[in-house]
Amino acid sequence: MTFDAIDSWWWPFLYILVAGWLATDGWRFLGVAFSGRISEQSDAIVMVRCIATALVAGVIGNLIVFPGGALAETSVLLRIGAAAAGFVCYLLARRRVIVGILVAEAILGAGLMLGG
Amino acid sequence: MVNADDHPEGVPAHGFRWFLRGVRTAFSIPGLILVSTFIGFASLAKAAGFTLVETVFMTGAIWALPAKVVLVGAVQVGSSLPATTLAVALSSMRLMPMVVALIPEMRGPRTRRWVLYLLSHFIAVTSWVLAMERLRNIPRPMRTAWYAGLGGTLVVANMIVVGITYVAVDALPDWVSAALLLLTPIYFLTSLWGSARERATHVAMALGLILGPALHTILPGFDLLIAGIAGGALAFLFHKFGRRAA
Repeated sequence: MTFDAIDSWWWPFLYILVAGWLATDGWRFLGVAFSGRISEQSDAIVMVRCIATALVAGVIGNLIVFPGGALAETSVLLRIGAAAAGFVCYLLARRRVIVGILVAEAILGAGLMLGG
Repeated sequence: MVNADDHPEGVPAHGFRWFLRGVRTAFSIPGLILVSTFIGFASLAKAAGFTLVETVFMTGAIWALPAKVVLVGAVQVGSSLPATTLAVALSSMRLMPMVVALIPEMRGPRTRRWVLYLLSHFIAVTSWVLAMERLRNIPRPMRTAWYAGLGGTLVVANMIVVGITYVAVDALPDWVSAALLLLTPIYFLTSLWGSARERATHVAMALGLILGPALHTILPGFDLLIAGIAGGALAFLFHKFGRRAA
């Protein structure tokens, strides 16, 4: 039952609908159903946020340490350094996302120029 | 100018005007940052072997970027449908409390329930942050129209961006592709930190960042599930314990 398991045009779309659409809109619809009846600060909601955040953070970590495509050709230390510097500058710039992105990209670019 | 609050019978005409204001809000700095991340996502999906149609379809059907990145990662390592569904569902649980927080802000006196279900599809980090920030300045009966304009524009514009990028990405030099692929993680790193409601979320983030790559080589395929459940549970314990100590 992998993405390539069934050789037909519709299987990838069914896979995306079940594993993607249902697994996201299911939560959105539950949120609409629960709105007004559940507190944002309740323990269950905090736990939900913790698990989801840790999982997405795991994805971020993997994208930096084990990337695909052209980014895989760069050194892992350069990638971690660029991301860390971008994050620190984001915090220093009063949480402006654009600052974090520009600094991380600038360091990656500088590293590639020096290294290549 | 006529105040919309005083003339509920004029809702259709005003509704369209507020819809257009929502459309305009999509063309803002947060909207532009989001577009750049979708450029990164298109190259990510292509590198993972997805076709053009699948990538555009995914963008419209799932919308939330973390969920799509989890899906792409799971498919890449040959994950089965149930395992992928579980990973995407766990990563998307955070949508539920986000919706719970946003819906009371958005709902007007005469809003129908199905409208809210429909609009909830547009909820993901960027439009949520924008809406939480700006809904209070919009007359209540106009809020759903405004959010439909904002959310709908973001989804459709990014489906187009993803399609164009997918086709164009091969023509790009390697350093541009590398820079695009770095966009997704750095965008999440910063926006996820900024959207946190309590300290435990920051703890969960730090744990996930370490556990994800650490488990990747030891337990490929289950790294994300374990990083999410173990990291999340530890962060939650911190939340309970920290509260008592305080």
